[in-house]
Parts: sequence; C-alpha cells; structure tokens
Amino acid sequence: MNQSKYRTGKISFKERIKHTVISIKLGFFLALKQLSRSNKWTTVLIIFIMTLTFLNLVVVSGILVGLIEGSVNAVKTRYLSDVIVSTLDEKNYIKNSPFVINVAKSLPWAERTSSRYLGSGTVEANYKTRIKDTDKVNSVGTIIAGINPDDEDVVTGIKSLIVEGQYLTATDYDQVLLGHNLLKKYLPIESPGFSTLSDVEVGDKVRIEINGNVREVYVKGILKSKVDEVSRRVFMTDTQLRGLLGRSDYNVNEISILLKPGSDPVVARDAMLASGVGQYAKVQTFEEGVPKFLKDIKDTFAILGNVISSIGLVVASITIFIVIFINAITRRKYIGILKGIGIHSTAIEFAYIVQSLFYAIMGTLIGVVFLFGFLKPYVGLHPIDFPFSDGILVATISGVLIRSGILFIATLIAGYIPAKIVVKQNTLDAILGR
Amino acid sequence: MIKVEKLVKSFHSGDSELVALKGMSFEVPRGQFLSVTGRSGSGKSTLLYQLGLLDDPNSGNVIIDGIPVFELNAREKTQFRLERLGYVFQDYALLPELSSLENVMLPLLMMGFTKAVAKEKSAQALTKVGLGDKLPNLPSQLSGGQQQRVSIARAIAHNPQIIFADEPTANLDTETADAVLKTFEELHREGQTIIMVTHEEEYSRRTDRVITLSDGEIVSDILQKK
Ligand SMILES: Nc1ncnc2c1ncn2[C@@H]1O[C@H](COP(=O)(O)OP(=O)(O)O)[C@@H](O)[C@H]1O
Ligand SMILES: [Mg+2]
Repeated sequence: MNQSKYRTGKISFKERIKHTVISIKLGFFLALKQLSRSNKWTTVLIIFIMTLTFLNLVVVSGILVGLIEGSVNAVKTRYLSDVIVSTLDEKNYIKNSPFVINVAKSLPWAERTSSRYLGSGTVEANYKTRIKDTDKVNSVGTIIAGINPDDEDVVTGIKSLIVEGQYLTATDYDQVLLGHNLLKKYLPIESPGFSTLSDVEVGDKVRIEINGNVREVYVKGILKSKVDEVSRRVFMTDTQLRGLLGRSDYNVNEISILLKPGSDPVVARDAMLASGVGQYAKVQTFEEGVPKFLKDIKDTFAILGNVISSIGLVVASITIFIVIFINAITRRKYIGILKGIGIHSTAIEFAYIVQSLFYAIMGTLIGVVFLFGFLKPYVGLHPIDFPFSDGILVATISGVLIRSGILFIATLIAGYIPAKIVVKQNTLDAILGR
Repeated sequence: MIKVEKLVKSFHSGDSELVALKGMSFEVPRGQFLSVTGRSGSGKSTLLYQLGLLDDPNSGNVIIDGIPVFELNAREKTQFRLERLGYVFQDYALLPELSSLENVMLPLLMMGFTKAVAKEKSAQALTKVGLGDKLPNLPSQLSGGQQQRVSIARAIAHNPQIIFADEPTANLDTETADAVLKTFEELHREGQTIIMVTHEEEYSRRTDRVITLSDGEIVSDILQKK
C-alpha cells in the first residue's frame, strides 16, 4: 500500500495490474470451492451436455464426411486401386495395351496389376418363358468386364464380394458373375433409367448380347458391393470376352495397379507417364480417378457438417449461458456481498469463466476418450451401412483440436456474459435482494 | 476520522419523492464506538450504506481520513472498502459454500496476502470471536450467533479502520446478542472505530455515543460516560 493511495484512494495502473492478477487467483479459488461443493448431479449433467455437444461438433461432420470417404475408399480398394490406367477420352480401348501393361508390371512399386476388357451389352433373363412378343422383356443394359480372375482378386479382393455362388476361375467358359444391383431381388426399385432383372438365381442361364454376338451363359455367382463399377457390371473371364469383342490385339480398357504398401501413387503415375504411356492411355492416381461428384459431395457434406456443428455450438453456448446465468442469478445476493466486502468484479467474473471452462474441458476430455477410444474404432470395424457407402467416422486430431478450441472460446464467452450481467448490478440492491 | 457533511439521500417511487436523509452532518473521531438508533424507517440503514460506500448520496460529502470518498470511481471504492472498511450484516451474509475460515480469508486473499498468511490471520480473527474450533465448518453447520461471529471475524481480520454493523443482533436471542456485543466492546477497547445501527436501547447504552434519527434527521446526539 503506497503512500499516495493512502492519501487519495486513487488506484494506479500498476495496482490495477496487481488487482487483476490477484483476481484471477481468487477467481480460481472461488470457482473450485463452488464446483467442489455444488450439487454433484448438476455438475455431471452439465458435463454430459458438454460431452454431447463436443461429439455433435465432431461426429456429425465426421460421419457426413466419412460417408463419402467410405465411398471413396471403396472405389479405391474395389475398383481403381492405387493407380488407374484408362482409355484416352476419344478412344474405345487402350492402344498398345501389352506395352502399357508391361510398363505397369515393371514398375518397382507395383505389387500386381489387373487388366479389364470392357464392352457394353445387355443381359436378358427368362427369355424362354417369354411367350408373346408383347411380354415385357426382362433385360438390362450393362457393362461386361473381362478379367483375369486371379489378378482381379489380388488387386481388388473381388472374391470376397461374392454373396451367392462361386467366383470365377481362369478356365471358366460361359460363366458370369452379376453385380447385385442388376438384380431385382437386391434392388427392388422400379425406375425407367434403372431396370433390373427379376427371377435370376445362381445356376440360371441368361443371354448376353455384346458386339452383335449373343451367348447363353450361366450365372456362376453374385457380387455385392457399394461400388457401381462392381455392382452394375457383369464379369466374365478375359479370354472369353476378348473373343466376343474381337480384340485379337489384346487391347484392354482398364488397368488397375496395386502398389506395394507405402509406395506413393504420384511417383508411380509419373514413372508411367515418363515411359511414354501417356500417348496411349490416361494414367491417374486413385485420388484423381475418384469421380468428381464424390469429391464435390464430400466438400458439400463437410460444409453441411459444419453448419450442423455450428447449430450445436450455438445450442451449447446457450446451455452454458443459461446454466451460468441461473447460477449467477440465484447467487446474486452472494455476488453482492462479495462486491460489498471489497472483492473486485474481475475475480467474480473469472470464477464463472473458470467454471464454464471446467465444464467444457471435462466434456471435451470425456468426448475425446469416447471418440478415439470407442466410437472411431467401432465405426471402423462396423461401418455404417448406407445404400451407397460403408460410412466411416472421419475424425482427425487437428480437426478435434480446432473444434475443441472453438468450443472453449464459445463457452468462455457464454460463461462470461451472464456473469458480467449479474456482477454489474448494483451492489446494495443485490445484497438486499431488491 | 469520519466527517459527514450535509448528506442527502432521497428515493423516488413514481411521482412521490421520499427523503431518507435530510442533509445531516456530524463527525466520528477515531476509536469511537457509535450507535445509531431510531424507529424503523428513520433512515439508519440508509445512513450506514452511504458511510460504508455501498450507496451514493444525492448530495453532501463523506470524508474518511481526508479522502472525499464519493470522488472515487467504482473500482477505487471497492478497493477502499476492501482495505479500510469492515461490514457486519444483519443476516450474516456468509458464502454458503465456504467454510468459516475461507469466508474470513476472502478479503485477505483479495488484498494480496498469500494463502498461508490469510489462513493465519483468519484463524486469529476467528479465535478472537471465540470460534477457534469452528474453522472448517460451513455456515450451515453453525448457529445464528456463531454465523454472526464469523461475519464479525471477516469484518475485522484485515484490521479495517471502521467497522459498520447494521442491526447485528436483530436475528439473535438475548444471550447470543450479548456475546456479539461483548465482542464489539472488546474490539472497541483495542481502539477499533465501530458504527453500529441498533434500535435496542439496551445495546446502544453500551456504546460511547448515541445518535438518534427520526425521519432522516438527527434528533439527538448524546455522548455517554462509562
Ligand atoms: N431503495 C429504496 N427505495 C425507496 N425507499 C427506500 C429505499 N430504501 C429505503 N427507503 C425508505 O427510506 C426510509 C429509510 O429507510 P431505512 O434507512 O431502511 O430505515 P431504517 O434502517 O431506519 O429502518 C424508509 O422510509 C424506507 O422506506
Ligand atoms: Mg434498517
């Protein structure tokens, strides 16, 4: 206590700083006492709400993004693989395919490649029971893919997608696999642009027409996948389809290249292009190859997730605001007494900020433990079954940190404002409760 | 020393104006035990709030140790109350979630004393009012008289220049009230300036000086020989 203040009662800037530092310490003291002696269940409830808020903040957008991410992952593992070689825009096949395939196979990072012949055609079922010409034709237009069964399985794990019947072997002839979305029993939707085959089972004969050739083939198996390039296609061995397409030059339409773990697809792509593949085919990493609409939806969903999260944040802020406001209002008299006996407003306000932050931090901690300890691994093991995707939960550490930061700031403001409102009230009125 | 000059405080309710303090002046020398009496509604509490910097008068001055206190801003008034004044309220005004010791510690912590020092001073103050064995008790675990003595301990722990007490015995039975008054007498003997509002003659008789109010005016100001 310096002499001049003793004479005047005025407070210098230095003293103000000192008061602020003391206020922060005292605010902590008051907050801890209030928290430790308040109703445990109220505290638990508020922390629970904060946990839900945190999860809402992270999980909603995480699932929306994960929905598309799951789709992208599926397109990658089940179709594109790490690097995808496809036809140039104006071409029907990859010219000089044997050369291109050789380049791909000789890449030091290449684990395995799978080449596919593609031809558009139709599949017709139950053509024998169709008596009159006016009967509805039970057929669908599709893309028929000719694959080397072993290569394809190593690259895309296609064999594991068989839900009925058997997978192809290299020597199979007149045997096909049908993607499940070609069948009415798996996709019971009637729409003009999306017809399906009814009453087709494994072992049945179907008629395929391709390139002017008609063949009766047996359905050997049915594939189930959420990737259109699997679920809407018909698969047969490459040797047979090559014949049907008349591709004696061995020119294929797609080459999926699976790289050894840890290899960089960009490096592999560039090496391919450096070998002069570019003049015959389009070479893309899986990221480039993912359909643009998926990327667009992902961005849109990320925005949508943020909008929903923002609403959650507002709700959480209002919750904290109300909690602190009610707390401060019911303690208005005590706040008045504190001010009356000379406790600075800063200390009282800080006590409420500390309490709000305590709720937010506890809620976040519990939320983080739940998220990374249970929810994310669980959804990873049991993806969410959406019609077009196996949704995963995308939650990154940095994303969580940013969202927690936003939550803390929102909580801080939401706790400070009501405290300020109540602390600002007339001291005497507060003490006397009028 | 406290100097009160032409202190006026009025309240407005609707069109009517109620003048609770009609321009009173007096001085309180250091170390005096002053009691303010008068009928209910005579303006005792209002006077105490003005002197204790809890309220602002319409006009007039209060000068404490040479400082015209109404010229201070809100923060400075708070600091002034913290360092130089002590309050004992009629309803004790303790914080329910703090123990006796912690309640008394609060002003000391705000003044910047370390926790250890604040604890020691608080324990001393509580011992002085006869509650040395109730340090960890919450207010809810104390009787009314004990709570009032915690409140007194809080008011004196930081050695304020003036203690204000507004009907500190109103809620207490005779015996307990007597004990509280004895505490004040003890403090007064040590040189403490005390201004106490009471409407009970039995207690005002035990002070140095009795100011009696009626309708916001001083109707008598009697120094008592003891
Ligand atoms: N906030 C207020 N608003 C209006 N009138 C008030 C207010 N406070 C006190 N009064 C009036 O001022 C007068 C003095 O009140 P008070 O000082 O409380 O009296 P005492 O403490 O002597 O009983 C009373 O008539 C009371 O009704
Ligand atoms: Mg009164």
